[in-house]
Parts: sequence; structure tokens; C-alpha cells
Amino acid sequence: MTQEAAHSFQPAASGSSARSSSIGFIRRHMREYGILLALIVIMVFFQFMTGGILLKPINLTNLVLQNSYIIIMALGMLLVIVAGHIDLSVGSVLGFVGALAAVMIVQWQMNYVLAAVLCLGVGGVIGAAQGYWVAYWRIPSFIVTLAGMLVFKGLSLWLLAGQSVGPFPGSFQLLSSGFVPDIFGVGKPNAFALLLGVLVAAAILFFAFRSRMRNRAGGHDDEPAAFFYAKNLVFAGAILYLAYLLATFRGLPNVLIVMALLIGIYSFVTSKTTVGRRIYAMGGNEKATKLSGINTERLTFLTFVNMGVLAALAGLVFAARLNTATPKAGLGFELDVIAAVFIGGASMSGGVGTIVGAVIGAFIMGVMNNGMSILGIGIDYQQVIKGLVLLVAVIFDVYNKNKG
Amino acid sequence: MTTILEMRNITKTFPGVKALDNVSMKVEAGEIHALVGENGAGKSTLMKVLSGVYPHGSYDGEIRFEGDECKFAGISDSEKRGIIIIHQELALVPLLSIAENIFLGNERASGGVIDWGETFGRTRELLAKVGLKEAPQTRITDLGLGKQQLVEIAKALSKEVKLLILDEPTSSLNETDSQALLDLLLEFKARGISSILISHKLNEIGRVADAITVLRDGSSVSTLDCRANTIEEGDIIRDMVGRSMTDRFPPRDPKIGEVMFEVRNWTAHHPLHSDRKVVDNVSFNVRKGEVVGIAGLMGAGRTELAMSVFGRSYGVGISGEVLVNGQPVDVSTVGRAIDNGICYVTEDRKTYGLVLDETIRRNIPLANLDGISNGIVVDDHRELAVARDYRDRLRIKSSSVAQEAVNLSGGNQQKVVLAKWLFAEPDVLILDEPTRGIDVGAKYEIYAIIAELAASGRAVVVISSEMPELLGVSDRIYVMNEGRFVGELPAADASQEKIMSMIIRSGHRN
Repeated sequence: MTQEAAHSFQPAASGSSARSSSIGFIRRHMREYGILLALIVIMVFFQFMTGGILLKPINLTNLVLQNSYIIIMALGMLLVIVAGHIDLSVGSVLGFVGALAAVMIVQWQMNYVLAAVLCLGVGGVIGAAQGYWVAYWRIPSFIVTLAGMLVFKGLSLWLLAGQSVGPFPGSFQLLSSGFVPDIFGVGKPNAFALLLGVLVAAAILFFAFRSRMRNRAGGHDDEPAAFFYAKNLVFAGAILYLAYLLATFRGLPNVLIVMALLIGIYSFVTSKTTVGRRIYAMGGNEKATKLSGINTERLTFLTFVNMGVLAALAGLVFAARLNTATPKAGLGFELDVIAAVFIGGASMSGGVGTIVGAVIGAFIMGVMNNGMSILGIGIDYQQVIKGLVLLVAVIFDVYNKNKG
Repeated sequence: MTTILEMRNITKTFPGVKALDNVSMKVEAGEIHALVGENGAGKSTLMKVLSGVYPHGSYDGEIRFEGDECKFAGISDSEKRGIIIIHQELALVPLLSIAENIFLGNERASGGVIDWGETFGRTRELLAKVGLKEAPQTRITDLGLGKQQLVEIAKALSKEVKLLILDEPTSSLNETDSQALLDLLLEFKARGISSILISHKLNEIGRVADAITVLRDGSSVSTLDCRANTIEEGDIIRDMVGRSMTDRFPPRDPKIGEVMFEVRNWTAHHPLHSDRKVVDNVSFNVRKGEVVGIAGLMGAGRTELAMSVFGRSYGVGISGEVLVNGQPVDVSTVGRAIDNGICYVTEDRKTYGLVLDETIRRNIPLANLDGISNGIVVDDHRELAVARDYRDRLRIKSSSVAQEAVNLSGGNQQKVVLAKWLFAEPDVLILDEPTRGIDVGAKYEIYAIIAELAASGRAVVVISSEMPELLGVSDRIYVMNEGRFVGELPAADASQEKIMSMIIRSGHRN
């Protein structure tokens, strides 16, 4: 290896400079950690302002349930936005699929598992129908999905004939309002939730260590030790604490498990797989990616199919949570989802963004909604504040980018 | 003779880098002053200091223009004094007309209402001055690059220019357009307009320059006066790279084998005007270990030929046959072309070559992701090892493989693109303008890579508008004009004159 290859920002090994190198490291990675810091600050602020209500077990459970469908859609939206597109139709698709599920399960008495599978399929077909025009006809996604937004809003009205349809059978509701039973029979606190919390925290530490060791062995590591330990211990501690809180209420919501699995899968796909690489490259420079032998049309198409399936899943979760399908379901959700992805650091022009960022972005919006509602702040001010937070988050991101 | 511009002891630092270190430069009134240096030597930075892109106070030193000390706060200040800079990347709005572009921001208007009569009239005068025969209403997108360059110059003239700065104006022009542009500079000189010409093309500089300032690593190394004595290209190169470069091309000992790559009766049509043949019944072959050059003027159809062969990336109504090692192969998509061992290094690295915001590490494996993965999951360590290997082998100057491509110099960006295609393990490599806009030192390294590829038994095709380059690297040269191949000759027999005459004679036939 040549001398130039030595990283100019290799941290000094001596202990005395460990702290300053940590601070320097955070400063350089402000774009990555800034958003997490913002979430923590916002949570601490509302925890304080609401007199501790925010992190009460029941409220925490609510927070998860309230935001699950936004987060599920944010995973798909992140891919769409990284690919350089946008999907404005997800709110309407969520509403439409919810309506379809209600018609099939409530009116036609269809088996709810079969209905759910069919609904996911319909979501995929909707995604494919929109993705086809975007990918193969090069019609701007903004226009195609704006059309989709109107079409599916109209179709759900038609399906429901303007009425609310419900209630769903209890077993279908479990998708959203159910909790994983305590297989150890302890009940309170829920031992299974605690155990899972411990396992997840241990897994996080294990993988972090393994990756650090491998990086060390490969000679490419610039994360100061102090920062590494602090970050992972705080992270694992937070998981344990949240698991404990949830355990003292009713345990782990079913939808949390679904969400956590999806977050894990999508993180892996975006950061570790060739498909992930291709999507980022395509968003960064579509022409160069195409000329590298990558089928960019098919990739764009699949990104939209994936978005459709996730919007359908979110539609099922939302319908199960409300226990009814209404023509107004999903109204404006696309904006929350898109905002979450941008707050999480994705770039409008494509090629940039992370799954974890989008999830944190969704929680920032969710915690603010929840906190402001507890404080009794009117819906008028809530909208204004959320709008400003979105703007500030993006300005912060652009500022850091220009500085860097 | 009076001095129109004097820049004294200019020092400009960016965080961590001294881009300019005590640079001085003096331009006499009515001269063409060439500014040369390797990429990253500080030429563009110096011109940005002069034109006020970096405002007064952000650098040390003094600028005197026509005897007055100037403290420009922005481009508009320097333009008011008559210093106009034309950047390498043209700043024209493609969908507006020539006239609208020329007077953009400086509209001929009264009370906000544009006086189209005056606008078009003045535009016609300006176009006449630069020798461009186009209607003022023509949209920029309908003009070729050479003509666009002339529009930029006409725009400069509309602003009472005293000192014209041109940043590599001929880097994307063909021979004829380049000559026309240089003639124009000489004409301006006769009218008393001074110019600063940044260029890598030493033959052009030799033709028009009155004085040459050489920058190296942010310092002014020398100023050569071309009026007093004749300057040898070798002298300039020595000053630029800090060492004498006796051979501009690495020595080769070609071992040429069987025909490895063959294109038969290849025809492609224009994507918008599908009745127009851009590539017309072209056949050629390349042998194992051979470097074949394709010469021609800009617009001859060389890039279109290469891109249409490479997975039909250009054109419609494509017909013809491609053979690798005597077997017909499917090149209907880029992926299939790559699978059959054919790779194409684009002439436009920023648009077609690199994902600029991604790191070197992520760019290199893009055309061969299977090489760093099990097909689905990427092996980070393998990826890193590959990136480092190519970075070292091609000597890509960078702080680490985690550096983003956008922050690399042109030569190093080109090396990253090359690395990407080398990692795809081609049997046949088509290089389109492989040294455009990169400096002499980096050019030599690219030539060395080409020689190495041929020596390792690949078939290499080089498309270039720089004839000395083609003559230097090729074993055999095809000449292309107006979509057809109009000649073929061994490099040993070839000369610029012979190639030019083939092109011109073929044009007369029509």
C-alpha cells in the first residue's frame, strides 16, 4: 500500500486524544448521527414536557402502533426515492387495499389469511401498473403516481360505496392490535418480551464487534474506540429499556415484530446486496449504471412493485387497527411517509438515503405528533411545527453536505 | 508594450490544501497568453481568483488590471472591467435561442419588455464577428459543440471584452472547429483583445501563443516568451511535469495474433430521425494483442458506432453482426455485451462513466458486481481489496478508496472508469477519447495501460480526435467519415496528412 493510502483521518492511538478524536469523528459523521441525535433530543424534550407520559409503557406501545404503517411504507419509499423517483399514491393505495380487505373479509366472508395474501398481490399489481409507465415509458413518477393517487382514492370510494365497512373478525384485528403471548407464562412483566430484548441487544453488540474486528483486520477502520463502545452500549441499553417498558404493559405488539423483521431485511438488502448497490448507483447516475450492464428499467419497475406490496401491507395493518375501512383512510399519508424519508437524510435527486434514517425520520414525526397531542397543542400548530421540522432537517442536511 | 493584467504573489488556500502558492502572472495588452499545467496544478483556481469567483479577501496577493488594483467581489465586478471567462463546461441554456442566450441577464429591453428587433440585430452582428452563420432564433440544442463554443464567445463580445479567458476551449472540438476557434483568437488579437488560453494541446499553443506561463503544483514555474525564441514542446512538458519526457508514448512490442473481434456490415440509425444512417455498413476487425485506432472528425459516427455495438446503447434500426473469436455473439443489451467480453469506456466520464457521488470503492465493481459478491450478497472485504488493488495498480491519486469520485481530478476520474472496465475482465476493450481533458502525465499512464492490455492478449480499439495520440498508440488505423469507414492503414504508414486527406477525399465524393 502506498503512503497516500494511509487515511489522513486515522485516529491517534494514544489515550489522551481519544476524546477529541471521538468528537472529531462525530463532527465528520454529523449527517449520519445528527438525525439520531435529533430524535433523542425530541424524545427527551417531550418526556420532560409531558411529565413522563411519553415513555409510559402504554404510550410507548401506542407510539409503535400509530406509526407502524408509516414506517412500513417508508421502507419502500426509501428505495423509490433512492432510485430517483417518488410515489405519491401510497396513501390512496393503503386506503384502497384496506377497503378491498373489508369487502372481501366482511362482506364476502372470505378467509382472512387468503384475503390478506390476495391484498398483498393486488398491491404488487398496483405497483407494477405504475412502475411499468415509469420504468419502460419514462413517464415522470410524479405524474404517474399523482394519477394513481386520484385513481385509487376514487376506487376505494367506489368499493365502499361511500360507507365505512367493518368490523373485522377478531383474528384479523390481531395483526395490528395483538401482542405476542408470553410463552413463559410469567405475564407481567412479559418474560418473552424481555428475553427478546436481551437477545436483540446481544445480537447488536455481537455483530458490531464482529464487523469492527473484521474492519480492523482489513485495516480500514476510523471509528474511535471510545465512540464505538459508547454508541453500541447506549444503543443496546436503549433496546433493553424499551423492551422492559413494553414488557411491563402487554408485551411486544405483533406489528412491532413484523416491522422489526422488515427493517432488518431492508437494511440488509440496501447495504449488503448487489440489488441494493444497483439501486443506489442507478439513483446516483442512471446513464452510467445502464452502461455498466445493469437493467435499470427492470430495477425501477421492481422498486415500484415492492412499494405497492408494502403499501398494501400497511393498508392491512391500518384497517386492522381501525377495525373498519373508511373512504378517508390513508388521506395524506404519502406526505408523512415522504417527509420521514427526507428527514432521514435521503436526497431528492436520488442515490442517497438509508433505511435506518427513514425509520428514525418516521419516529421523529411520530413522537412529535404524539407528544404535541399529549400536550394538547392544536392541530393547526402541529401542522406548522411539523412542516418547519421537515424544512430544518433538510436544511441541516444540505448545510452539512456543503460544508463536508 | 503595455501590461494589461498583472497578478502578483497570489496565494489561495483551501482547508488543508494550498491550491496556489505565490503565483505571479503578467499578460501584455493584445497578446494570447497560454496557461498550461497538469490537472490540479492550479490553472482553474487562478482563473477563478482573477474573475472574482473567489472574492477579494479570500486569497492573498494583488491583481492589477489596466494599472488599477482590483478587488473583485464577484463575477459581475470582473465582467464590468471587461474580463470574461468561458468555462470548459459551457453555460448555455439548451432550449433557448442563440439570441436569448447571448443576452441572458443583459437583455436588450426597456422597462422590462424585451426589444426583439434590437436583440436579433445585435446578435446577427456578434455572430458575424465570430463567423457563425446561424439564425439568432436557432435553439442551442440544435447546434454542435463547436458552434456552441462560438456562441459563448459571441456572448463574451456582447459585454465589451478586454481580456478573454478560455478554459480548454478545444477539448471537445474536432480539428476543423479547433482551427477555426484559434483563428478567431488571432483575429481578436489583431483587434487588441487579449486572451488567456488554458489548454493541454501543446500544438495549438505553439501555433497561437505569444507567451506561456507554466504552473506546477500551485506555483508558477516559468514564463516562456514565444516571440523572442522558439519554444520546443519538450521544454513545456518538462516544466509541466518537472521531468523531461522524452517519449510521450510507452514503448511497445506488439505480438499480434488471430482476429479476435469482428464487426460486419454494421448499420445504425439516428434515434430521432430514424431514416438517417449514422453508421453506414461498417465492417472492421481487431486481432489479439492489437491496438486499432479509429480516426475521424467529430460527428463522424465513431462514438455512435461503439455505443450501438455495446448493447445497442445508441440508435435504432441497428443491423449487422458481431463476432468474438470467430463466433457470432449477442450484443443486444449491455449486460450481454459484457458477458461476451466486450467493454466500452465512454468519452463522457461524468455522464456515462461514473456515479459521481459514490466512492471510488463503489464505482469500480459496478460493471462486475458478481466479482465481489456471491451473486446476491456483497462481500465487503473483497470489494475493498479489489478497490485498493486497482487504486494502487492504476495509481489513482486519492486520500483513500472511500473518496467520492466527484472530488477527483479528471485524470484520476478517468482511471476509475478504466478500473471499472478492467475489473469486468474484457477480451475486447473499446476506449472512446480515453485521454480527453487530462494532463500529459496521466495521458502517459493511460497509454501504458493500453499497451499492457494489448500485451496481455486483448483486442483494443481506441477512438480519438487527437491524431498524434492515435498514431502513437495504434498498430492499425481505420478512418471514419460521415458514418462510413473510408480508409484503413497500418500505423507505421499513417500520418496526420494521410488521414486528413482520406477524410477530405471521401467528403468530395458525395
